[in-house]
Amino acid sequence: MNLSDFTHSAYFASLLGGLLIGTAVALFVLLNGRIAGISGILAGLVQAGKEDKIWRVMFVLGLAASPFVYRIASDLPAATIEAGTRQLVIAGLLVGLGTSYASGCTSGHGVCGISRGSVRSIVATLTFMIAGFITVYLIRHLLGL
Amino acid sequence: MLNFNAFLVGLLFGLGLIISGMTDPAKIIGFLDLTGAWDPSLAFVMVGAILIGAIAFNIAKKRQRSLLGEPMRLSSATELDKGLVIGSLVFGIGWGMSGFCPGPAVVSAAAGQPKAWIFVVSMLAGMALYGVIERRRKD
Repeated sequence: MNLSDFTHSAYFASLLGGLLIGTAVALFVLLNGRIAGISGILAGLVQAGKEDKIWRVMFVLGLAASPFVYRIASDLPAATIEAGTRQLVIAGLLVGLGTSYASGCTSGHGVCGISRGSVRSIVATLTFMIAGFITVYLIRHLLGL
Repeated sequence: MLNFNAFLVGLLFGLGLIISGMTDPAKIIGFLDLTGAWDPSLAFVMVGAILIGAIAFNIAKKRQRSLLGEPMRLSSATELDKGLVIGSLVFGIGWGMSGFCPGPAVVSAAAGQPKAWIFVVSMLAGMALYGVIERRRKD
């Protein structure tokens, strides 16, 4: 693969998107002193006892604005959701409960935690990735759903 | 300023998720499908994000306060407890079942995908349920 193949490839898009995510995370910790962990930010909106709601709402509004801003420049990339309603309901519950018990998800542990060299986050990331690999293997190749 | 920056960070984060391909559940599942037609491109999302994140956290660790004078709220937890491991396992199962993790799910719901709404509502219910369970346990 030469360089021009790379710059037009999914690899380049992923790297570019990753650099943007890294920039977002950097701005949040350097200016607000906070970790941009999306499950934690959302959980603070629905769990009682968290008083600091406004910045959380602002963050989620920014996240929600992103597809509209993207559409100014280009059509949104295609997205295919193979899971049916029942599977999505169960998956959503598991993601909500799991990230709450683990105190983080792909952003809080996978990006922020690994960036600051946290052993907890490295363990969490390896664990949810392995669980994801096994789950997809079971669903796709063993059960053939 | 802090709230404006929170909005800006959310927006940049969301754009990064869209550009990188993270908002396509089929692509996520392709990344998790090691024994199928494995698509490793999403690993580059983490590479890009951690490249910049590592520089920022290195600076942040040395400071007591942020550039806007806020206390640095970095986690001080070090224990590898049951909650961390079992919670991550449960999260990974839900991630593999749907192809959604929290950030991309919110972006896709905002983009108007009904199936993403189903996932997001259920995820928020799971988070609220955690709050109720843990509150009862402490009482």
